[in-house]
Amino acid sequence: MAEQLPRLEMTNIVKEFPGVKALSDVQLRLYPGEVHALMGENGAGKSTLIKVLTGVYPIDQGTVTLEGNPVHISSPLKAQEHGITTVYQEVNLCSNLSVTENIFIGREIKKYGRLAWKEMHQRAEKLLERLQLKIDVTKLLSSYSVAIQQMVAIARALNVSAKILILDEPTSSLDRDEVQQLFAVMRQLKKDGLAIVFVSHFLDQIFEITDRLTVLRNGEWIGEYKTAEISRMDLVSKMIGKELEEMEAISSKNTGNTTESTQSFLQADEVGLKGKVEPFDLEMRKGEIVGLAGLLGSGRTEMARVLFGADKKDKGKIKVNGKEAHFSSPRNAILYKIGFCSENRKTEGIIPELTVRENMILAIQSVYGWFRYLSKAKQMKIADEYIQLLNINPANPEQLIKNLSGGNQQKVMLARWLVTDPDLLILDEPTRGIDIGAKTEIMKLMTKLSKENKSILFISSEIEEILRTCDRIAVLRDRKKVKEFDNDGKLTQQDVMKEMAGGG
Amino acid sequence: MINRLSLDYKQLPLVATIALFVLMFSFGSLRYTGFLSTQVFLNLFIDNAFLIVIAVGMTFVILSGGIDLSVGSVIALTSMVAASLTMEAQLSPWIVVPVSLLVGTILGMIQGSLIHFYNLQPFIVTLAGMFLARGLSYLISVETISIDHPFFSYMANSQIPLPGNNFISISVVIALIVAAIAIFIAHFTNFGRTVYAIGGSEQSALLMGLPVTRTKILIYTLSGFLASLAGLIFTFYMLSGYGLHANGMELDTIAAVVIGGTLLTGGAGYVAGSVVGVLILGIIQTIIVFEGTLSSWWTKIAIGVLLLLFIVLQRVIVWRSEKKAGTG
Repeated sequence: MAEQLPRLEMTNIVKEFPGVKALSDVQLRLYPGEVHALMGENGAGKSTLIKVLTGVYPIDQGTVTLEGNPVHISSPLKAQEHGITTVYQEVNLCSNLSVTENIFIGREIKKYGRLAWKEMHQRAEKLLERLQLKIDVTKLLSSYSVAIQQMVAIARALNVSAKILILDEPTSSLDRDEVQQLFAVMRQLKKDGLAIVFVSHFLDQIFEITDRLTVLRNGEWIGEYKTAEISRMDLVSKMIGKELEEMEAISSKNTGNTTESTQSFLQADEVGLKGKVEPFDLEMRKGEIVGLAGLLGSGRTEMARVLFGADKKDKGKIKVNGKEAHFSSPRNAILYKIGFCSENRKTEGIIPELTVRENMILAIQSVYGWFRYLSKAKQMKIADEYIQLLNINPANPEQLIKNLSGGNQQKVMLARWLVTDPDLLILDEPTRGIDIGAKTEIMKLMTKLSKENKSILFISSEIEEILRTCDRIAVLRDRKKVKEFDNDGKLTQQDVMKEMAGGG
Repeated sequence: MINRLSLDYKQLPLVATIALFVLMFSFGSLRYTGFLSTQVFLNLFIDNAFLIVIAVGMTFVILSGGIDLSVGSVIALTSMVAASLTMEAQLSPWIVVPVSLLVGTILGMIQGSLIHFYNLQPFIVTLAGMFLARGLSYLISVETISIDHPFFSYMANSQIPLPGNNFISISVVIALIVAAIAIFIAHFTNFGRTVYAIGGSEQSALLMGLPVTRTKILIYTLSGFLASLAGLIFTFYMLSGYGLHANGMELDTIAAVVIGGTLLTGGAGYVAGSVVGVLILGIIQTIIVFEGTLSSWWTKIAIGVLLLLFIVLQRVIVWRSEKKAGTG
């Protein structure tokens, strides 16, 4: 294969957004007839790379060659003309139109100045047959499952005589059989000489279907590997940025502070939500920090959201303080003294146009009820207290929160929940994208809270952080809780990673 | 191919509309003597020809997920332009008709461009257009301008005989031709299908490389043109131009389209449904006339109730189809 001319070669790609270098010196080579995985954690630059390749974003630096010829891809339409097509995770079709129309719209077949429906229906059936799908193409797209809609999206892509097919997390909403069906189609297309880019967070799938893979981390190119020649452990360590040797060198720094408390605060019994997280058991004792480890997409956030009531569970029971608790909304959870600090600071957490003070009192205000106004003096007292406690900079409660750095925004978010004096605080990636100083402070605060007999559920991609702070560690993989460790001081990063990677 | 005869969810509102019309017509026929006649049925078309024409234009707008509030005012403006050009400027119909038609077309094109290029809410833009057109018609004259011209009289009074001693007007012929062309455009041209696609998901339509810009501007242009055409038909019907003509007609139009089974959020519906929707509004009025003792405001009450029923019906259908997609 190496002798062959690559179908696509992207070299030294640089893409900058204001303040962020999204891609620096990234390479990607695709050969005809291969399935190539694009691997990396959140923020690694996968989606930016795809968007650059499909012409959604312009390239700042670097070259793209198609079958040896340099090309300039300036728009999604241009990309399509070059035979580069994308099937997005969220199916980007019109579900109010028929299957046929979704395949042909924009390049309809016409006869005597009118659309030739009969011919289009036949062609659509043939295209779908190539994908081993026999469905009524005259029906609305919305009457079919997501899996079939995805196939239709692929059929649409193939209809433009695609040379490169990008599948951006196509499997995230499919079940096992549907995934196998998709894989069968991918193998067929591979045989036909298509180059397929496959993005997925499921390692099992990566090892099953891909030939080669490119790993990105923090916008940098880590390497290109043959799937058959890399072990799962290797791959995971490349994705999260710890070389094996380096990892072995880090002696476990955990304190081994397994608390003696046996009093349980929250108990989840076979709690699950179809399509999000498989039923799991989890106990949170008072004064305990429990870590949730797992790769992106492993179901960490989903688990936390279900516990908080942000997504409604469809299975199992949750007990708080020994009594069964029904929460159908975050507001209920807040009343049970549970706080949730979301992973997406930007979209689910801060309200950028409000001040630090106003952001801080949001959750407590909601506990009070909107008609019991919190006096300004009280608000100021709260703001001042937490600005000091968390060392928020600048120490001005009237500053708009959007003007604060990521780390300080995170601290305000934490303060928002601390004000409500929660017994259980769920922290989803509180340390992501903030500097070391702020990280250490947040971790110190967690330890302090646990000494005050509060429970904390800590989600992080940094296994080291989890090992350092947590009493127990639950590992998730492919939306399933696969293991629970007691952090007894002997546990190593490797043990945890092995569970995160699963398989061999 | 297998389930050709089974009812698609998207056709349910249309079927409901037709069933409702049949029901109301049967009700009238049983209750009032003289109701069950071809001419009563044909009068529905004669009295509402202009409404059919604007409803067709409005159908495209609503299918694309937009709204056009300016159509009622455009009718008034068109009637004023036609009346003043004919009576005051003494121009020939050969000039009056094309110029009148341009009024709404140009306004529609401007509205469409504003909506698309400045990414404005169709509601606000066409609301502004509504005030503008209404104001402009008063600028021409605050009084009614009666039209006394052979061409207009001919268009108003000539009857096209149909078998069985029945007749229709020229306006009906125009309206039916408009509806037929619109059905063709909606289902057999890529413009029509792009309208549905935009209504389904504008974002997806863009990503699929469809000509969203052109189509959106064209939709409002078409709606404006048809509003002007309806304005002319209305002028034939009233034989006058007046700034208060067709006051609130845009809301009747929207009601007819929605009762005709078009989803207010866009993406689903039929031109033919809107025609039936207009006929339903017409038959409510006819029933109230036949009843004799009821105030004409009962028309509004009936329309209100029906509108509510249809909106609820649509919501239920959307829920059910979502559920179906979820489990299927």
